[in-house]
Amino acid sequence: MHAPVVTTGRDLRLDLFRGIALWLIFLDHIPSNAVSWITIRNYGFSDATEIFIFISGYTAAFVYGRAMRERGIVVAGARILRRAWQIYVAHIFLFTIYMAEISYVATSFENPLYAEEMNILDFLKQPDVTIVQALLLKFKPVHMDVLPLYIILLLLFPPILWLLQRWSTLALGASLALYVAVWQFGLNLPAYPEGTWFFNPLAWQLLFVFGAWCAVGGAERLAPLVRSPATLVIAVIYLACAFVIALSWYLPEQISFVPHWLEDLIYPIDKTNLDVLRFAHFLALAVLTMRFVPRTWPMLHSWILYPAILCGQHSLEIFCLGVFLAFAGHFALVEISGSFWMQVAISAFGILAMIATAALITWYKQLEGRSPGSRSKPPDADLAGGEA
Amino acid sequence: MRAFIAVALAASTLAGRALAVDPPSCAVPDSLLFSDNSLTRVATAAGKQHQLAITVLGTGSSTLAGPEGPSLAYPARLEAALHQRLSKVAVKVSIRTKNGQTADIMRRSMKDLLVEEKPNLVIWQTGTVDAIRRIELDEFRTALEDGVETLQAGGSDVMLMNMQYSPRTESMIPAGPYVDEMRAVAQQRDIPLFDRFAIMRYWSDEGAFDFYAAGKDNGLAQRVHDCLGRAIGALVIEDGHLQPFVNKASQ
Repeated sequence: MHAPVVTTGRDLRLDLFRGIALWLIFLDHIPSNAVSWITIRNYGFSDATEIFIFISGYTAAFVYGRAMRERGIVVAGARILRRAWQIYVAHIFLFTIYMAEISYVATSFENPLYAEEMNILDFLKQPDVTIVQALLLKFKPVHMDVLPLYIILLLLFPPILWLLQRWSTLALGASLALYVAVWQFGLNLPAYPEGTWFFNPLAWQLLFVFGAWCAVGGAERLAPLVRSPATLVIAVIYLACAFVIALSWYLPEQISFVPHWLEDLIYPIDKTNLDVLRFAHFLALAVLTMRFVPRTWPMLHSWILYPAILCGQHSLEIFCLGVFLAFAGHFALVEISGSFWMQVAISAFGILAMIATAALITWYKQLEGRSPGSRSKPPDADLAGGEA
Repeated sequence: MRAFIAVALAASTLAGRALAVDPPSCAVPDSLLFSDNSLTRVATAAGKQHQLAITVLGTGSSTLAGPEGPSLAYPARLEAALHQRLSKVAVKVSIRTKNGQTADIMRRSMKDLLVEEKPNLVIWQTGTVDAIRRIELDEFRTALEDGVETLQAGGSDVMLMNMQYSPRTESMIPAGPYVDEMRAVAQQRDIPLFDRFAIMRYWSDEGAFDFYAAGKDNGLAQRVHDCLGRAIGALVIEDGHLQPFVNKASQ
């Protein structure tokens, strides 16, 4: 048992990388988007989801951990649950937009070549079941899996945070045990119409809890390990190997250079259950980041990175906007033009819209903070409290 | 932005006009079509016995609607293409398609198929229904592996065929992970994959077809199926190491 180390001030790197992750998720969510070639999922095993979930765990522990120490488990727990509720409402709002888009397609599209693909619209025939299943978070359209994952993670978080603050190693161990159990026994939550959750919360919690563990002192404990040259060498070698293997996904089979025994060993790289290879890839990226982007990096205060930081500070709103923009962007690609330059334009426009919205939200929050009669808050809680 | 859209619109209109003048070429680059696999049973049956029995095991996208549909869909076009190019071989393509079947359901019908059709090659078209219903990838992969094994143990070569490229439903049907699984299984088992998804996407990028079209255009569907049939035929000939009687490879 040891006292949690309280880090003062907000680590802007968290905002920066969460903001970048939000952009990458947006780019990846537009189907057939040439610009998504720049996103990290093409160059290794993990993608922006890992970054997003890890940082979300870190900030949740950072923000609510302080609330728990200062005002007790009930208040902190209530705030966490309110946050989960906000995310739930946001998810249902996105679902409504999805329904609108899919209904439009259902009524306007009758190309006989795609008679089979139109079966995706079958659930419109029984809206009673579909909508209830969506409210239960069991029916989740494509690209709408992350928020339900986040909701479950937050619902489970109050006791985990309590444990983390007392016996952090035990909490991390319990999280790891659950992860192992998932792989051992194939645990997952049921989905509708069949199957299980695309992002298994029981597996992905490991990354979230690991992030939280880092926030309550784990990062300091890991620091010697992260700084050691051996770790750096291993991380670089691992990233290089992952890059070479990722390259083989995009080359024709004739020049396949990944031996069969290795393929048998590593595939499938399971995203649903957060494959160990993905987790390790994220860790390797994190090691490199910690080493080459110090907390006091002057660039963190430069105008160049400010847009990403801004987006990262309002992650829920910007994430939802990104999902919507990806829908809308795909719609524009289908209805107007799917040309390369259109894809570039939509990608750029979407990111600009995310930045502008983040700036607008900041402006609103500043207004509220200044308005008379508003509850006075500690200066950092505004940023952090709303955005765990 | 508006100017940009205007330019893009003009460009796509021009492209459309150009297509209306020239009949679309649906040639497929070798790198998208061929892999280094051998269809040994096809080679034996066609090369020595001058017979070739192919069965297409598939779902809705392996056929076309209407009374004429089956005769215009790619399995029939494949048969025609092979007839034309392998005039010394008696080619028969039988069709086993049923709507709404996942890979796992199809796998269960394979034993009957092997007994009744005695195919030298099964073209297993799957993935679409699994992606629509978001079947777990693990389950999908297991079904694929078991299915391939069953077919091979039953004396047939296997070719996998993935889903169609369907830009309008791309944001609703998560094709990507299922395409990846099929590619991985084909690669591990050293069997050919007819990458319908990538090929149709290539045609779309090249302007050979407009898959964004929303209208009820039976002509488009028929032309696409004809092109698919001929491309599959080229792959069967290549991987079966067959000598086409008349070489019309570049058509």
